[in-house]
Amino acid sequence: MKIHRIQALITRHLFLYKRSLPRLMEIFYWPFLDLVVWGFITVYLMKFQGQLPGVVTFFLGALILWDVLFRAQQGITISFLEEIWSRNLMNLFASPLKPSEFLAATMTLSVFKVAMVSCVMVAAAYFFYSYNVFMIGLSLIPFVVNLIVTGWIIGVLTTSLIMRFGQEAEVLAWGMVFLFQPISCVFYPIDILPKWLQAVAWANPATHVFEGMRGVLSGGSLPVAHLGWAVGLNLLYLVTIIGVFHWTFNICKEKGLLVRVGE
Amino acid sequence: MLPIVEVSGLTKRFGDFTAVDGVSFEIRPGEILGLLGPNGAGKTTTFQMLLGLVTPTAGSIRMFGKDLVQHREEILSQVNFSSTYISMPYSLTAEENLWVTAKLYGLSDIARRIDEVVKKLEMEEFRHKLTRKLSSGQMTRLTLAKAILTEPKILFLDEPTASLDPDIAHKIRALLKDVRRSAGLSILYTSHNMREMEEMSDRIIFLQKGKVVAQGTVQEITERFGQRDLEEVFLKLARES
Repeated sequence: MKIHRIQALITRHLFLYKRSLPRLMEIFYWPFLDLVVWGFITVYLMKFQGQLPGVVTFFLGALILWDVLFRAQQGITISFLEEIWSRNLMNLFASPLKPSEFLAATMTLSVFKVAMVSCVMVAAAYFFYSYNVFMIGLSLIPFVVNLIVTGWIIGVLTTSLIMRFGQEAEVLAWGMVFLFQPISCVFYPIDILPKWLQAVAWANPATHVFEGMRGVLSGGSLPVAHLGWAVGLNLLYLVTIIGVFHWTFNICKEKGLLVRVGE
Repeated sequence: MLPIVEVSGLTKRFGDFTAVDGVSFEIRPGEILGLLGPNGAGKTTTFQMLLGLVTPTAGSIRMFGKDLVQHREEILSQVNFSSTYISMPYSLTAEENLWVTAKLYGLSDIARRIDEVVKKLEMEEFRHKLTRKLSSGQMTRLTLAKAILTEPKILFLDEPTASLDPDIAHKIRALLKDVRRSAGLSILYTSHNMREMEEMSDRIIFLQKGKVVAQGTVQEITERFGQRDLEEVFLKLARES
């Protein structure tokens, strides 16, 4: 892996962010809007504080952490779509750039995106709803890291599907992550799900993070078991999905799809 | 002198359709090889295979004596291309796009190199302009600038002057000849402008339905088909098919 090639791709996207309103809206406007809407719902639910203890901390904390996963996924998929939209894939893949360097660059970009979005959401939650996400404590760090990796996994999966199936699959860039939301147990505990779906949900690293978060917010200590499962599953899926990306990339080269994607 | 590009038995099938069928040729150091053929003859697929974007079904591609599949990174760092049919990121300025390319190929002294290329291709007036605002002629010059910026040893050019006015097209041809002379650059060149092909190419390969049907200098080819110039040969072969 050559750092200068990863740097080139990152710089290309930072040049874009500098003057693209839709890209800036992704960082500042949409996350802020999300927070405002969910914030008002939470304020309303606070009226039933007796029946729903800890509702504010659960909802806003879950929303901010869900956005970490969502933006990490978007950071990868939208970067790939940008190359399709600007008909730049040929320039990139006819250069010495390796697919692994491409992934490394998009993963770095997604971390940048998550950092920016998190700053916006954490600040807005604090100023508008007096909510301090740092009350989760040190567990917040492994939670965030795991959600970023889960976002990468979904992002690379989506990118592989777009590369293989072309323009018709572009809609997955925005929709794929929501396929995982019901089984991530973001806003409700896992025991709400039917038994058979609980088994599926436990295979999702994000579920362990959100269950762990609720445990911490209910006064529990660092959820070591949940974190262990999240790390293990993330590593397994990440290695698998990187393999799938390389395999899809080679299939696309064989079928001549790499030069036609987006047409 | 050893060939810089050796293509042997190159074949590409997409299902039942054979786009390129057992094509073999060589490009020597400092040579401009013209690739000619009607639409659908297999020129673009051949280009894409040479750039590692499409995997051949059979045959081999060697550059600098090395196999493209096994030494992709090393080979592609010494190769570049330009095509009328590609673009560059629209939201970046022409100069930013060149900067990203330079970084991608690991150039040092990027600012000086960009200045040189901008001057050579007369891009001063639009170097700070957004790519989306460039005319098609300016866009062609930008993709050419991207191609020569990295000081490649082999250049693949797919209709490089297609959207240029005659004055700029003439300057570009002169520039390519100059770069070829000074840097010993080898070029694979396609164009539908037969006069341009005659002017630029040392040798011509004529593709038809994925196969090489003629190969040689312009004079050899015109004599073989009993025609006055390349355009007549093209029309004869294209209409026969």
